[in-house]
Amino acid sequence: MDEEEVADLLATYHISLEQLPKVYHDDPAVRAIGGDVGNVIRITRDSRTAGRAEAYRLVMKRPKK
Amino acid sequence: MTSPKRVGRIEFGLFSPKEIRKMSVRKIIWADTYDDDGFPYPQGLMDLNLGVIDPGLRCKTCDQKAADCPGHFGHIELAKPVIHVGYTRLIRKLLRVTCRSCSRLLMTAEEVEKVVGPEDSELAGDIVSEKDIKKERVCPHCGEQQLKINFEKPTTFSEVFVEDGRKTEHKLTPADIRARLEKIPDDDLRVMGVNPDVARPEWTILTVLPVPPVTMRPSIILENGQRSEDDLTHKLVDIIRINQRFKENQDAGAPQLIIEDLWELLQYHVTTYLDNEVAGCPPARHRSGRPLKTLSQRLKGKEGRFRGSLSGKRVNFSARTVISPDPNLSIGEVGIPLAIANEMTLPIRVTQFNLEEMRQYVLNGPERPTTRSPCGANYAIRPDNRRMRLSDANLETVAEMIEPGWTVERQLKDADIVLFNRQPSLHRMSIMAHRVIVMDGKTFRLNPAVCPPYNADFDGDEMNLHIPQTEEARAEAEILVSVQANILSPRTGGPIIGGIHDHISGIFLLTHRIRHFSKEETLYLTQHLPLDHLPEPDKIDAAGNPFWTNKQVFSLILPEDLNMLFHASSCQNCETCRREMCENDAFVQIVDGNLITGTIDKKGIGAFDGQILHRIIRQHGMKQAAQFIDDVTKLSIRGIMLEGFSFGIDDEDLTRNEYGQIDEALKGAIGDVERRIKIFNEGQLEPMPGRTLEETLEMQIMQVLGKARDRTGEIAGRHLGMDNSAVVMAVSGARGSMLNLTQMAGCLGQQSVRGERIMRGYEDRTLPHFRRNERGAEAHGFIASSYKSGLSPTEFFFHAIGGREGLVDTAVRTSQSGYLQRRMINALQDLKVAYDGTVRTTGGRIIQFCYGEDGTDPGKSSYGAPVDVKGIVESVLKEEVK
Repeated sequence: MDEEEVADLLATYHISLEQLPKVYHDDPAVRAIGGDVGNVIRITRDSRTAGRAEAYRLVMKRPKK
Repeated sequence: MTSPKRVGRIEFGLFSPKEIRKMSVRKIIWADTYDDDGFPYPQGLMDLNLGVIDPGLRCKTCDQKAADCPGHFGHIELAKPVIHVGYTRLIRKLLRVTCRSCSRLLMTAEEVEKVVGPEDSELAGDIVSEKDIKKERVCPHCGEQQLKINFEKPTTFSEVFVEDGRKTEHKLTPADIRARLEKIPDDDLRVMGVNPDVARPEWTILTVLPVPPVTMRPSIILENGQRSEDDLTHKLVDIIRINQRFKENQDAGAPQLIIEDLWELLQYHVTTYLDNEVAGCPPARHRSGRPLKTLSQRLKGKEGRFRGSLSGKRVNFSARTVISPDPNLSIGEVGIPLAIANEMTLPIRVTQFNLEEMRQYVLNGPERPTTRSPCGANYAIRPDNRRMRLSDANLETVAEMIEPGWTVERQLKDADIVLFNRQPSLHRMSIMAHRVIVMDGKTFRLNPAVCPPYNADFDGDEMNLHIPQTEEARAEAEILVSVQANILSPRTGGPIIGGIHDHISGIFLLTHRIRHFSKEETLYLTQHLPLDHLPEPDKIDAAGNPFWTNKQVFSLILPEDLNMLFHASSCQNCETCRREMCENDAFVQIVDGNLITGTIDKKGIGAFDGQILHRIIRQHGMKQAAQFIDDVTKLSIRGIMLEGFSFGIDDEDLTRNEYGQIDEALKGAIGDVERRIKIFNEGQLEPMPGRTLEETLEMQIMQVLGKARDRTGEIAGRHLGMDNSAVVMAVSGARGSMLNLTQMAGCLGQQSVRGERIMRGYEDRTLPHFRRNERGAEAHGFIASSYKSGLSPTEFFFHAIGGREGLVDTAVRTSQSGYLQRRMINALQDLKVAYDGTVRTTGGRIIQFCYGEDGTDPGKSSYGAPVDVKGIVESVLKEEVK
């Protein structure tokens, strides 16, 4: 997601970047789409209840151990 | 009231010896507590400066009485430093990562940066750990060769020298360790995740021991006038004694050996004082042999300060007693014994509008003689918050005195709202709000239809009752927690309260097939229902007597606009459904509130899958659903009483013919097993893919014997028809299954352990009654007898083996799922659904962007789906929709 979209997202939910769910930078899925630390990624997936569901995650560095 | 203050920051750190001395009000040097007159020794463990517990004395520090003095810390100066057991792992880590001579971190600045990350970078924050240090290296700062540090539980550290191939251990005294820790530079500590401003590592080695206030370790006076000291005091006495002896020996210049012994003894006492359950350390014991309960034991575990005293406090305004059933109560009511209702109160504020009523309560006084008498009051609270106990002596004076501004603590009376709870409280339906009915007797009474949510039965279960004390609490209880608000389970989206056991048998018997009832019978059935008049009779016989059908009677309690189609529990799942013509009358058809065909049973009104119930909730709301449950349970009980319902030993009797068939079937199966074993022994058996020969044989035997049992069940079932109570219960879904019936009348079948035939026991055989290596059916737990006919000794033994496995399984499952539940609750308890539909933590962090991804409350859904489209269409079209 580009910066504008991220700003929109944060505004809709009235949250700061830190309050988003996180994903590690070395997660295979993040690597595959070339996500970098600090990026926000949009995940669209099939949902058993809603048919299609969107989620957002902030890419962060994996802490040691 | 003072305004609440917000906690800005909590800092965790270690006490420095300086701080311990600063907060201490008295140095303690004597191990004695009280002198012969029962007066505390000055500078003893019960010194008056540490606070007072005896009434009448005043604290020498704060000059307050026993009730008001919070207590004050003292301190003991230890002769030599000792290790704090709680920090041994930190000490071990620090010793291993620092130099033995200069105490610097065993890494160069570059190495540190590699691990921690560049300075001032926002991603910095990693901590150096033991694994980042290479083993047996040389200090990069002073060049000293490092030695391996050995740690032996609980508190022994030693260095390992390697001299010409031989290892020798050299013990480090706490003083040595302290000296090393003291030298570690602050900057090195920060890299290791220790904040030296609040926790210098040398403070983990104690030189001064704080003595907790007397108020924390009060002594109790036994009946014989003897004082009995708290466990902590006992332990402190030990510490002071050894400390004192240590000092004397030190001053006298005792040999090193004795000093070391005493040092170790002091270490032991301090260790057990802090934690009496340390691995590798025998627990300190009381004179009676009971292990002492020291500091750590006070905090740890289920009965500890956190789980026992803070999370699990005992409360006032609660009652507990045995429960018993009362089908005449509504599901939203609870019967309360008079004795409890008299004891429990709720505060009512006196206003000018209720003044007279309150005065009457006060006049009625604290003793209510019968359940019918008006309720009284136990206390009156004056506007200045003084509480006055009401007794026969002061009733009239108090009644005169009360005026607006007072509060009267009134006894419980009918229709008060109370919270009712049964442990374990696994889901929210474990606590529901009921309305009070004051009753005679000594038990809580509840409608058996509310047993499923509580998971209660009446074999001695006890339940708890809580009285909400404020208007807000009562409103919340009524709107959110009431029984009728909880008929739908948020787990499945279906009803969880409904008919059970006899309700289902009863309604099944009542509605099965078509029957006609005379006016007397019809009125008997409906006498508890809120009806004004009976409908048009179905037929009138020659003599002019009216008759109603059983389906008409049931239709009386259905809402008039109800249209439904479904299959009952008794549906056999035939290949082609014959619908209205169903042989078992299992095709339920309700048109405009009239039951046309079909039998009502578990699928209709049962506690977990009552479809009619579910539809009424969705069409008419909770209030009518609650009314329907009340009606249907009362009707079904009348229905079952019309003919009576019982089960006895002769209900399992079969004819000689069937017994012959069962014998034949079992003999055939056993013969079949023998044959297969013979094939196996001859080596002719074809193994199944991926199985050994033995496994193949076992599977075949299990299969043959399983079929044989089912066959006996069929034979027995053919004889036992709908006139058999057990069959009725099994078919209607009230209780039990055809398998239970098979085992009673036919045969018990194969007993198993871990899904296999019973193989364990003696050498090469299960019991000495059989030949070695016998593979036959009887030798491995096949039971050809039924419960009715009785078991042979070997069969009985096999049955016990199989039964034991079941018991062990349940015991293990409950404990494991309990622990899982505890951990889940700890992890999830603070999450909530915010107003925008997101699931958030208390910090506002988002866990889910839309609750359940579709934002549906399962408790308001239809088995998870937001709208029951099929049900609505069917209800409008009045016919089945595929």
